[in-house]
Amino acid sequence: MGNVIVLVNATSDVVDAASAELLTTGAGLGSVVAVVPGGGSDALVADIAQYGAAEVHVVSCPQLSDSLVVAKAALLVERAAETHASIVLVASGLEGNEVAALVAAKLGAGLVTDAVAVRADDGELVVDKVVWAGKYTVTAKVVAPVAVLSMKANSCVAVVAPSQPEVRQAHFDFAAPAPTARVTSIEPAATSSRPKLVEANVVVSGGRGTDGDFAPVEALADALGGAVGASRAAVDAGFAPQPLQVGQTGKTVSPDLYVALGISGAIQHIAGMRTARQILAINSDPEAPIHRLADLSVVGDLKVIVPAVVARLG
Amino acid sequence: MKILTCVKYVPDAGDEVGFESDFTLGRTGPSSKLSELDEYAVEQALRLRATIDGATVTVLSVGPAEAEVALRKALQMGADEAVLVSDEAIAGSDVFGTAAVLIAAAGYLDEVGLVMCGMSSTDAGIGALPALLAEALGWPLLSNAAEVSVEAGQARIVRSDEFGTRVVEAALPAVVSVTDQSGEPRYPSFKDVLAAKKKSVTTIGLAELGVEAALVGAGAARVQVTAVVRNPERAAGRVIVDVDGSSVDDIVEFLAAATK
Repeated sequence: MGNVIVLVNATSDVVDAASAELLTTGAGLGSVVAVVPGGGSDALVADIAQYGAAEVHVVSCPQLSDSLVVAKAALLVERAAETHASIVLVASGLEGNEVAALVAAKLGAGLVTDAVAVRADDGELVVDKVVWAGKYTVTAKVVAPVAVLSMKANSCVAVVAPSQPEVRQAHFDFAAPAPTARVTSIEPAATSSRPKLVEANVVVSGGRGTDGDFAPVEALADALGGAVGASRAAVDAGFAPQPLQVGQTGKTVSPDLYVALGISGAIQHIAGMRTARQILAINSDPEAPIHRLADLSVVGDLKVIVPAVVARLG
Repeated sequence: MKILTCVKYVPDAGDEVGFESDFTLGRTGPSSKLSELDEYAVEQALRLRATIDGATVTVLSVGPAEAEVALRKALQMGADEAVLVSDEAIAGSDVFGTAAVLIAAAGYLDEVGLVMCGMSSTDAGIGALPALLAEALGWPLLSNAAEVSVEAGQARIVRSDEFGTRVVEAALPAVVSVTDQSGEPRYPSFKDVLAAKKKSVTTIGLAELGVEAALVGAGAARVQVTAVVRNPERAAGRVIVDVDGSSVDDIVEFLAAATK
């Protein structure tokens, strides 16, 4: 289906998991032009080549870090126009969805955010999206000549298919057509020695039932080599920072194992973890909705049970 | 200055929603209401009103006649006036169609100095509308704010996303969207509910806005829904009632099997 632009954010010298998935998805749809805004290292470019890109465009842009969303979107629009791309793929997220929206607006393209699957069917692009707290999967076809999609993490398995892409260095000056917002301070996302929440095979989350003590949650996560998550109730109560929130307004995870500790299982939380392969729930309330969908439900005191489990795993 | 707050009327997350034959969501469920995520926008609009001389809060919705319910709730929370754009031609619009209607309405209403939105709707969950409004209005976008303030005509937000935490500033007029971290929405008191009864909801159609029907609705949508499938529910598994750590053996066995 022609050229597929894949946005790869240069956060390190390796392709992040979500971008690797996008590159694989893109390669299944057409000829991938990976676009790295703001410049990327040779090591990153080499890593992008592991996933079958035909071209890699490393595009410097002095206005990128001072602007919110708009410069990155304009940069992608320029690349899409130059390469006559028919599909633009970005990773889902607060920023990814906005970038997708602005690119689609400029290109007159069809837009689907938070897509979980995409395929070409008889010349038409068909996209799946999960809505309504995970209850329904909506399938839609894009009827515009260009499609812009943001894809949820874990939508596919990244496949290593080394290629020898043409690497281009380019420059983009963002001339704002109208007044834009200025970023006046940046504090990079906190790094953790634990796996990233959306990429982890094991996620251990805590809720209000932890009463604010996340030590058992972290201990079990570490014993299992997993990531730490939290329910919105726990985040609202200040027990855990927002980037750890799993659910409708937080992260969507799809691990092999999800452990819910002291989480009641509100519909908004379920939306973020319902595709986990196995779910263990420990909650003192026998009526908690989480017990209706966990593979193993334990009605009991997590403060007694979890340390004993950690000791056994140790 | 008007603070124009865009809100959506949606079914409650717990409702059994239905889809029409054209796959549009049946918006009017048994507990349809003001989208929870838009309550945060109303709340922040009301808090900003208190800090800006001469500011008023206008709530705006696009939807069926029943969407008045959502606007009424916003009036009870304390909004000054409410406008509903309702027109059969709008049904089935994609996000670009909805944006076109909201932009026309923002022009129709005088003296808008700030557009406020929630971070996403709770039904379609696209999360694109604030960016589209800012783009079309030619105003700065200050989106997904966990904190927002306005001082001397300058808006300032704090935003946390996949790239960290950023402070972003712009001069008004601007488009601001707020997250569910921005502050708990107020609960209207009985007095507020009574006071809101005196306020009216103005309903207008596309003709008043000068929006051509061909630009909106299912026919103009760039994405067409072809199927809606109910996902299988997870079944409940084994339930153990723990007494003094009696479940530990079973849990360890389960974890070993699940992480194999």
